[in-house]
Amino acid sequence: MANQVNLREFPVEEHPQTHYLNHEKGLKSWLLTIDHKRIGLMYLASIVFFFFVGGLLALALRMELWEPARNFMDADTYNRIFTLHGAVMIFLFIIPSIPAALGNIFLPVMIGAKDVAFPRLNLASFYIYGFGALFTLYSMAHGGIDTGWTFYTPYSTTTGSAVISMTFGVFVMGFSSILTGVNFIVTIHKMRAPGLVWGKLPLFIWSLYATAIIQVLATPVLAITLLLLIMERTLGIGIFDPALGGDPVLYQHFFWFYSHPAVYIMIVPAFGIISELIATFSRKTIFGYWAIALSSLAIAFIGFLVWGHHMFTSGQSELSTIVFSFLTFFVGIPTGIKILNWVATMYKGSIWMQSPMLYAIMFLFLFTIGGITGIMLGALSVDIHLHDTYYVVAHFHYVMMGGTVFAFLGGLHYWWPKFTGKMFNELQAKIAAVILFVGFNMTFLPQFVMGSQGMPRRYYNYVEQFQTLHQYSTVGSWVLGAGFLIIFWYLLQSLRKGEAAPSNPWGGRSLEWMTSSPMPAHNFEHVPVVKHGPYDYHQPIADFRLGVDSPNAH
Amino acid sequence: MERLRHYFLPEQASPFAQDVDGLFIFITVAGTILLLGITAALIYFSVKYKRRSSADVTPVIRHNLALELTWTIVPTILILFIFAWGFRGYVQMRNAPADAYEVYVTGLSFGWQFTYLNGVISGGELVVPAGRPVKLLMQSRDVLHSFFVPDFRIKQDLMPNRYTTVWFQAENPGEHIIYCTEYCGSGHSNMMGRVRVLADDAFDAWMAGEAAKNEQDLPLARLGENLYTQQGCMACHSVDGSAGIGPTFAGLYGATRNFTNGTSAVADEVYLRESILVANARVVAGYPPAMPNYQGVLSDRQVDALVEYIKELN
Repeated sequence: MANQVNLREFPVEEHPQTHYLNHEKGLKSWLLTIDHKRIGLMYLASIVFFFFVGGLLALALRMELWEPARNFMDADTYNRIFTLHGAVMIFLFIIPSIPAALGNIFLPVMIGAKDVAFPRLNLASFYIYGFGALFTLYSMAHGGIDTGWTFYTPYSTTTGSAVISMTFGVFVMGFSSILTGVNFIVTIHKMRAPGLVWGKLPLFIWSLYATAIIQVLATPVLAITLLLLIMERTLGIGIFDPALGGDPVLYQHFFWFYSHPAVYIMIVPAFGIISELIATFSRKTIFGYWAIALSSLAIAFIGFLVWGHHMFTSGQSELSTIVFSFLTFFVGIPTGIKILNWVATMYKGSIWMQSPMLYAIMFLFLFTIGGITGIMLGALSVDIHLHDTYYVVAHFHYVMMGGTVFAFLGGLHYWWPKFTGKMFNELQAKIAAVILFVGFNMTFLPQFVMGSQGMPRRYYNYVEQFQTLHQYSTVGSWVLGAGFLIIFWYLLQSLRKGEAAPSNPWGGRSLEWMTSSPMPAHNFEHVPVVKHGPYDYHQPIADFRLGVDSPNAH
Repeated sequence: MERLRHYFLPEQASPFAQDVDGLFIFITVAGTILLLGITAALIYFSVKYKRRSSADVTPVIRHNLALELTWTIVPTILILFIFAWGFRGYVQMRNAPADAYEVYVTGLSFGWQFTYLNGVISGGELVVPAGRPVKLLMQSRDVLHSFFVPDFRIKQDLMPNRYTTVWFQAENPGEHIIYCTEYCGSGHSNMMGRVRVLADDAFDAWMAGEAAKNEQDLPLARLGENLYTQQGCMACHSVDGSAGIGPTFAGLYGATRNFTNGTSAVADEVYLRESILVANARVVAGYPPAMPNYQGVLSDRQVDALVEYIKELN
């Protein structure tokens, strides 16, 4: 009988007195914590702060574009602000947003583990991120940087602005990203609860897995590139600057070898969230589980082979251009399959239109526009016309903001009751979501038209023909800003006096709903055992709360 | 369809334009149909399968091979078709006819310089004959720039260390805007130029007029005036006192200049020569250090001419 394992159902304790948020108190218990949930929360606070900074910069840009030429800032200030908007949003907000914040909090819980595989490394990742962010803030304070977030040479090797501290900051933050990736890969391989085979892994975990692989493989290339750029500037070694015998196209290859896969670091985790939302709020088995799981890996893999589509007009060889265009289209296939799988999941479901689901629906609409315009930009002859115009600006905002940010908000609302223990005001959440949706489309739809009409991006001044469309876009940005303020407001209210959340407010089936809200310090008081897949709504709920019945526990 | 094209796309002034626009419209229309289909399904499902009670039971549908094959194969065929269409257009754009009229283009922060094979230099304005293919051999004098003419649907980056090429054929006389679409600094959005397409006779007349400007016996100040446009000075420096990326030339000579390093000097001939050749040796306070060097670009006579022209503007 020694090897016999008994399983029993572990009922979930509702509204626990002690949980991960209050079992230890004081600043030190936060700053030195190795609890993945607390680290995730610290990430969440940081990225919300940087999203606010990046958002203010964006509002300033849109305000300046109200009229051609000078409105209230000069060209150099405008150039610094658009660079910072891009750099802050990409390196400080969107790359860490889903994996490092929501992923950190929920990955171990969703696989039934007590923590990530390397909790101390996890804390180190956070401080490395913070250290890198300090360099970025330093660059802002010391004259800023005016190269665009892409740091293209030879402009970046010759301009007088704070290129070194900025790129060094990004270099440092790269390590944070790599270490988080390594941590997640090991955690997913080694820390799954008994019975949680790969085929029963929640799709959010699959997406974090694919993302982690990209983070580990691609980020070092960015690090090397930025280090070479710093060496070129400080030591005069000629690598990218033709004046020193270097080649600027080489820089672009290196840069996009990271930065294209980085696009998938930003969007693939969003796919994971959408899978969870659609299944939970349709209360239905996900359609095409393996297609969705493996298409994330396919995107991660093909994503490494298409960087040259950022360079169709750069002067790279015609053959490269043609091959890169051909391969680019094949990222579209797994992406399209995902969208159709999600729609098919809703068929004959039991659809509960709560705010997280509303975000998922909005995501599907906006991301489809982002995807279709991506196909447009992949087509060779059309891209020659559209490259570096507002069409591209609109396209990537539809993917990054309409896609990732809307999915992030969906995930934030979905898991909010779980990690804060508080409910938010559902009506206000729905109103804010609709305001965001309207504001977003108002801001970015006109940019497609401006772009295809020939309005180049990164322009301080513009010809009068575009003024009306620019003004629509600027008004849209105010609506968008207002939407975010409302969200910030009611989430704050929820923390202060929100109703206590039940353990499973949405009726989910994956493991994070089988523990208290907020979770206990070690996620589960028992060893959870998984019997069914995370979307098996036809199985009795008791089956999802199984755990090892250890005689010592009583 | 024609109205859709006018809404989204600029004038069609080159042979590629129709093909590019055709593909643009095709993807826009096909994409919109797809988007509407998905949106309709989302709305229909959301209403039809709205949750009735918290005890709703849903069917277990994990796969549907026929459906999944369809939505994999049909889009694959569609994207291969789009790739082939874009490829065809691209090949046309990259192969200039052998008898094309050639012009050398230099991009510099923040202007365009066009050098014709007979030595004529035109600053900011590319004048070409109508109905003939024109091939541009382009390079940059400093950082990356990109030559974009929306009406021709052409775009190509310029680099300091190699030539890049682009070609077009404008059928009718007219004017078309040139943008720089690779970010190049303070004056990036002012780095505009224009293509002026002239009928054959008008083009010949223009060329004869320009060739006359090139004569060596031109008075220095007049030569300087020509260089002011040809070399791109006018992109940043006005001659009427209005503000620009750099200080105006009007009243510059003899004025006291305060520099970013805290020193100051009177703008005499020595200072003007230095500022032209080694532009950022001393930068006037309130302006970015954005000017490219002209050392090795201008001859001594040309520098003298510019200095004389600036003096004359007092």
